[in-house]
Amino acid sequence: MIMASKTNVLYLLLPSFISIYLLEKEKIMANSYTDVPEIKFHMEHPLMKRIVELKERNYADYGQYDYAPKDYEDAQENYDSLLEITGDINANIIGPNSEDVDAEGPHCENGRVRYASKTYENLDATIKAGLCGMTMPRRYGGLNLPNVVYTAANEIIAEGDAGFENIWSLQDCIETLYEFGDEDQRKRYIPRVCAGETMSMDLTEPDAGSDLQSVMLKATFDEKENCWRLNGVKRFITNGDADIHLVLARSVEGTRDGRGLSMFIYDKRNGGVDVRRIENKLGIHGSPTCELVYKNAKAELCGSEKLGLIKYVMGLMNGARLGIASQSVGAEQAAYEEAINYARDRKQFGKEIINFPAVYDMIARIKAKLDAGRSLLYMTARYVDIYKALDDISKERKLTPEERDEFKKYSKLADAFTPLAKGMNSEFANESAYDSIQVHGGSGFMLEYKCQRVYRDARIMSIYEGTTQLQTVAAIRYITSGFYANVIKDYEAEPVAAEYESYAVRIKDMADKLAYCTNKAKEANNQDFLDLCSRKLYEMTAYTIMCHLLLQDTQRAPELFGKSLVVFMNYAESEVAKHFNYVLKLDVDQLPSYVQE
Amino acid sequence: MSLKIIVLAKQVPDTRNVGPDAMTPEGTVNRAALPAVFNPEDLNALEQALRLKDANPGSTITMLTMGLPKAAEVLKEGIFRGADEGVLISDRPLGGADTLATSYTLAQAIKKIGDYDIIICGRQAIDGDTAQVGPQVAEKLGLTQITYTEEIISLDKDAKKIVAKRHIDGGVETVEGPLPIVVTVNGSAAPCRVRNVKRVWANKNREFPVWGAADIDADPAQIGKAGSPTNVKAVKNIVFKAKENKTLTSSDEDINSLIVELMESNTIG
Repeated sequence: MIMASKTNVLYLLLPSFISIYLLEKEKIMANSYTDVPEIKFHMEHPLMKRIVELKERNYADYGQYDYAPKDYEDAQENYDSLLEITGDINANIIGPNSEDVDAEGPHCENGRVRYASKTYENLDATIKAGLCGMTMPRRYGGLNLPNVVYTAANEIIAEGDAGFENIWSLQDCIETLYEFGDEDQRKRYIPRVCAGETMSMDLTEPDAGSDLQSVMLKATFDEKENCWRLNGVKRFITNGDADIHLVLARSVEGTRDGRGLSMFIYDKRNGGVDVRRIENKLGIHGSPTCELVYKNAKAELCGSEKLGLIKYVMGLMNGARLGIASQSVGAEQAAYEEAINYARDRKQFGKEIINFPAVYDMIARIKAKLDAGRSLLYMTARYVDIYKALDDISKERKLTPEERDEFKKYSKLADAFTPLAKGMNSEFANESAYDSIQVHGGSGFMLEYKCQRVYRDARIMSIYEGTTQLQTVAAIRYITSGFYANVIKDYEAEPVAAEYESYAVRIKDMADKLAYCTNKAKEANNQDFLDLCSRKLYEMTAYTIMCHLLLQDTQRAPELFGKSLVVFMNYAESEVAKHFNYVLKLDVDQLPSYVQE
Repeated sequence: MSLKIIVLAKQVPDTRNVGPDAMTPEGTVNRAALPAVFNPEDLNALEQALRLKDANPGSTITMLTMGLPKAAEVLKEGIFRGADEGVLISDRPLGGADTLATSYTLAQAIKKIGDYDIIICGRQAIDGDTAQVGPQVAEKLGLTQITYTEEIISLDKDAKKIVAKRHIDGGVETVEGPLPIVVTVNGSAAPCRVRNVKRVWANKNREFPVWGAADIDADPAQIGKAGSPTNVKAVKNIVFKAKENKTLTSSDEDINSLIVELMESNTIG
């Protein structure tokens, strides 16, 4: 019963030795949220008050749920603590596990996925922390977070491990089920996702990648069992062995286009879908990319038949694109941290390499793109939040005429900004990961350094959920219709402090160049010519908008963004001038020279 | 089978993150320069409690701490991670307690709580490193103790039996004990789970009962400075320079030879 008293004596005598041991062993705890004050800045944007008011229905849940906020300040405090917990988990669990997850990867065993062992640790942490069902209403067990906050958590986790972020963030497929499923489906599935079950969206097939209209997975109605049955193959399905799947399938026999496609819910508990193989990929190794075989799998229709692609997948994709935009910003943050930390430590020619202009130029550009891209990301998320909250409210009551106008305005802004945020940030992630390796020199080419993983992981970001080329397609109509031009005009009308006026003048010049090129592309009256110009116009638009956003941010927080404004303006202006010159010289007569037979 | 679990936790200065101003010129810990944290091994203890709670639905965990009013932060932190209740023992006469007075005070509070199956605490606190409080609480309550615990393997309330893995020099041993019992947990045990968002939001403004000396029926002679025979003469920061290490057993010869050696080198005495 008594602990050896002699041992007690020993410990009485030796406390300081033990303290010294502990001192050497323990390191200061990092936090991926509190260490990056730019994220918190975006949580406190003036539009947030309106977003939270809508999302919280004027704080009607307060008193009904013990974790619901009572007012705006209370909600902000909650968001802050949630992101602080996310930052803690990322810095101390997900990030440190990422190298092992990357090396081990998932495996396919008897038709099932076995994740890398540390992926289970990551999942356990996110589930125990309750980072599930983030945006879902409380009545289903969700956290009722605005998209902006979910986006921030997403970015934070992607910084630690973009592959794990895929598995975790697929929970946002539940938004589509919430939006289009019936109440019975909501009650059955949403609480499961809020408790940590994973999701997947099964869209692509061997012959249906970017062209989803060609989806052939067959859905037939089983009269006897009164359910749908799925048969066929899906390919490149991220987290394909998830608990709950949203599946795009052809329910109208004999059709060949998007109008014969419907959305189905497949519940893994029912069985019928096996994983045939897991792809061997360049990056995001932690995320299992699966080939799935559906053998008479029982499924239920989500929403109405034939609206699968036309309506639901479009909604699903817009959410997924915002998700990839935030994943990309996370990768940019990782590239920045790896580059600057290495450059601060590494000495050549007698000093740390961060002191050389050739090196700090690269790091400054990584940071400038990160700050500008992040600003675009969160502005998009805010637009999404307002229209989605109003859309949700419209199911409970009739919107007032003012609210209807607000809904229209923000849903269009969200639709226009999503392809900009996804395309630009995914390209930035690649460029910055490339530069991050360059800062490392030869070491960056070695697998021991994280920068090479960021580089490999980033490569898919400009491809999946719609390539940058498809983001351009989604954006071009807003360019030719003058929608972005009007947004830019609105931004130009924002007040600018005297010391920043020169920036406003420079941005105006960028907008003028964009207008000139847009007119030239339109006036040629040739679709191929317009398509050929579209990427240039798209980037010119995005740079002009990002400069405006960064200028607004800098005026509110010069200590955070002052340097990036200078660097990004120089960079963006030169990019816009480059594209301007290109379009200036481009002529319809040159088109044949672009076509390689 | 539901359990009543008590977890003892301490708020300590974070000696893991010391700067140059961590010690005062007088050689005592400069508490103002160090952030206050949940004693790390008490977090390992809490995780063992939470695992018991997971395995035995309906169980409750009560956190007990003694300290200044600010120490209630560790109670809140425990609630954020899954504990149910918290009690703060805080009263001016309790100040200046050494391990003996602390153990007496905690034991009195545990008696007041009354109904419990198991008391779990960290092996030791990083500010004193004595590892005495857990064992002394067990003694005061007349309970069995399992120290240096790595993992509670099983607990059977009906059979009043617990099986745990203990860390010993060069390995582990599996021991069995009766209930109720005091278990002290090592830092090498499973780390504590993360805070849960909903629990944080629901409990961020939670207040806890505060018990003073009178509430726990404490004998004034056994609490605070009066009940503390230990007098700290000075605390020195010693850099451990020895390049070789020795393994000492708990035999009388080894203990005596260590004491002689330490006295000869003027480390003590």
